[in-house]
Amino acid sequence: MTESVSITVDDKTIVVAKGANLLSASLANGIYIPHLCYMEHLQPAAASCRLCFVEVDGRSGPVPACTVTVEEPLTVRTDAPAVRRLQKAGLQLLLSVHRVECKNCPANRRCELQRIAKFLKVGLKPGKLAQRFKQPEIDASHPCLNYYPNRCVLCGKCVHVCRAQHRDVVLTFARRGFDTVVGCYGLSGSSAPSCRDCRACIDVCPVSALLPK
Amino acid sequence: MSQTSPHRYRQLRNEADRRRREWNESALPKIHIGMATCGIAAGAQETRAAFEEALAEAGVPAHIRAVGCCGHCYAEPVVIIDHPQSGFPPIFYPEVNAGKARMLAKLFLKEGDPRLEHILGATVANDLIPSVMEFPRFNLEHRLIMERCGRIDPEDIYDYIAEGGYEALADTLGRGPEDVIEAVARSGLRGRGGAGFLTGRKWALARAAAGPAKYVICNADEGDPGAYMDRTLLESNPHQVIEGMIIGAHAVGAGRGIIYVRAEYPLAVRILTRAVEQARALGLLGQGILGSALDFDIEVFQGSGAFVCGEETALIQSIEGFRGMPVHRPPYPVAGGLNGRPTLINNVKTLASVPVILQGGVEAFRAVGTEQSPGTAIFSGVGSVVHPGLVEVPMGTSLRTLIFDICGGVPKKKKFKAVQIGGPSGGYLSGAHLDTPIDFDSLAQAGAMMGSGGMVVMDEDACLVDVSRFFLDFTQKESCGKCTFCRIGTRHLLEILERLTQGEGREGDLDLLRQLSEDVKAGSLCGLGKTAPNPVLTSLRYFQDDYEAHVKEKRCPGKMCRPLIAYYIDLEKCARGCNACEGCCPVDAVFITRDRKRGIDQSKCVKCGECVVACPPEYDAVRRVSPPHLAPVIERPPAEEKDPKS
Ligand SMILES: Cc1cc2nc3c(=O)[nH]c(=O)nc-3n(C[C@H](O)[C@H](O)[C@H](O)COP(=O)(O)O)c2cc1C
Ligand code: SF4
Ligand code: SF4
Ligand code: FES
Repeated sequence: MTESVSITVDDKTIVVAKGANLLSASLANGIYIPHLCYMEHLQPAAASCRLCFVEVDGRSGPVPACTVTVEEPLTVRTDAPAVRRLQKAGLQLLLSVHRVECKNCPANRRCELQRIAKFLKVGLKPGKLAQRFKQPEIDASHPCLNYYPNRCVLCGKCVHVCRAQHRDVVLTFARRGFDTVVGCYGLSGSSAPSCRDCRACIDVCPVSALLPK
Repeated sequence: MSQTSPHRYRQLRNEADRRRREWNESALPKIHIGMATCGIAAGAQETRAAFEEALAEAGVPAHIRAVGCCGHCYAEPVVIIDHPQSGFPPIFYPEVNAGKARMLAKLFLKEGDPRLEHILGATVANDLIPSVMEFPRFNLEHRLIMERCGRIDPEDIYDYIAEGGYEALADTLGRGPEDVIEAVARSGLRGRGGAGFLTGRKWALARAAAGPAKYVICNADEGDPGAYMDRTLLESNPHQVIEGMIIGAHAVGAGRGIIYVRAEYPLAVRILTRAVEQARALGLLGQGILGSALDFDIEVFQGSGAFVCGEETALIQSIEGFRGMPVHRPPYPVAGGLNGRPTLINNVKTLASVPVILQGGVEAFRAVGTEQSPGTAIFSGVGSVVHPGLVEVPMGTSLRTLIFDICGGVPKKKKFKAVQIGGPSGGYLSGAHLDTPIDFDSLAQAGAMMGSGGMVVMDEDACLVDVSRFFLDFTQKESCGKCTFCRIGTRHLLEILERLTQGEGREGDLDLLRQLSEDVKAGSLCGLGKTAPNPVLTSLRYFQDDYEAHVKEKRCPGKMCRPLIAYYIDLEKCARGCNACEGCCPVDAVFITRDRKRGIDQSKCVKCGECVVACPPEYDAVRRVSPPHLAPVIERPPAEEKDPKS
């Protein structure tokens, strides 16, 4: 039998299995923490969206909840001012490179960005930041997928499911820094057919940045 | 078994001593040429060819030996000539180009006249000529790690052994690993890769980690713009680093070593590869090193040169064949690193310090530097200093001593303005900080950091907004793109800085810069993003006036930002009939005034500054002002009067 540990999240006591992931355990207990990149089976967590910040007693500054493994009793706050400030800043950064055209977007109403904005009680606006978009609007180089760089939040989930499911990996990150995108470089003749039967990346995308042709 | 190591080592040492004796006893002149990358860039290949040719012509036999870099970059190509028959001690000659080489071959090597007007000094104290040790650049330095750089032949392992090299290893192999770790811990050595983590503690963690297959990685990625101390060490004395790695392997129980060196360092790669082969041939690498139970071998891995690949987790990803993206820590590499195995990663300089500590003793090492940061710091001092180059100073030396005494201060009688320390992750310090001691904690406290040891000195003409823009441009290009704050935040920081340098700064920009910097610092995943805002934050803190001037007055105090400056010609100083500026202007903006002097047409001028350079120093008539409207209006005469010859 696995040992359990009891932790306190926002004054609520929850009992979790020793070694559980803090983000996953909080979500399972009805405590929402904004998140985009967390995947249950990916070890160690990608920790790339930088939204799931919480404060943990005994640690300085906000830490991403998806990187915390519960080994001992913890006291956690998910709504500390420093946490909220970072989450809003992170969301604004994402929105500064995101085409907010919800009405025409297939993700409308099930979009994770909408959900996070609503939770943080902020609009879908980049604040004082200028908006910057990538060209071209649609990358259609994949035989059965279209990729929308100005919707993508670069959570990396599609890349990880692709890597987990296929020996010949199709999706990878391409370019660097601000210009980073998801690409399908090295697409070999043999991998395209497997894409036709696999929708893993389309299904996992939180913002409908990958769509079937 | 503990007896075999010293015995095997003795054999190697005897052979090395024999070779060294033969070399020392040779009556022929010995010419040492600094042929690391910096020397070669300054023309050392041509210098060497010129010596060879001229000596052959003159029929003078001599030994010519390529050595590494001694750190005196301002003096390259550096040549040291030891000519026993001339009666002079070994002499240090700076800036020996091919012509000087031919001259020295004839006059000194053949005829015995050392041409004293060309020397920097003798390398040792003597009664005949002044010694280089009389210069602060030499006598204020304290060389622990670079001691042999520029003195020995990096391609000859026996040259290193003759200097006592690998003796620390032979000793160590007879001692228990815990003993070695304890000595490194007591020395207080801190990682020279930037963060200053205690090396002894890291080694103990790696030792304690479970599993037989462990790795030792030498981090020689060195991606900071302007930093080149790791390259110099590897090119000038590779065996000291290799020895440090083998000792590390013994201490933590590792079987494989990797030197991660950037492919842009072809000479370092070549020298390292050769050094590893030589060490293997002498039984210093491979199975049963020096007859002990230690099996350890090293491979040289060429990285493709991204700055972020110097970050330890990205470096490991890159060796594993993935895109060089950092991974959240923990797990730290000491617990789960390369291929999931415990991995000890240390910087080149950290590893090179280890043999020095074990050979010279912990106390001797601790006697240099400060209590919390023992030993020396190696800096590459560049920018507005008289003597740029690599310097090794005791930790705790003040910035003032480093900049003004050792590097010779700011040239051309200009005023010191700022020093940027720690590369793109570091920060600026102002004149008020010149008495700050150089050590990990004091620099961090002042807002800069030790980083990799890059130091850029700036004079009164520097614009801190523009230099911050330069560093942000670098970091945002080098961001791996993984995490939100660094990927997008650094781009916005750069855009705001660009706006300021173009005179388009707005009310509120400085607050936005500050806020965004704090967010990127707090929100980013790895050290690159966490430190990228440092140049912005420290310049805002110590040089806020520079920023305010850009936003409120559209003025650049350093007169660097082109859209905010104008050039004009001071008619009081301009000489009638001189045509220097007109001839050099690429856009024909210089015209002739009614009284046959020169004026600049502001509507045409692209502010390249060529005319400043062209105007003869005795007139010095071209002025630079900011904001541009301060330039007096000089009317252009009507077109028909323009050409006096027609
Ligand atoms: C963006 C970034 C770049 C780095 N580049 C280097 C480097 O070029 N060389 C290096 O030794 N350490 C570099 N580091 C530090 C390494 O991650 C690591 O801390 C170091 O190699 C550990 O060695 P040490 O304990 O000997 O200092 C870098 C860190 C970051 C965040
Ligand atoms: S396409 Fe979708 S799943 Fe893939 S990185 Fe972008 S947002 Fe994430
Ligand atoms: S901080 Fe920058 S370099 Fe580091 S992981 Fe994030 S995006 Fe990559
Ligand atoms: S879910 Fe934790 S950083 Fe993205």
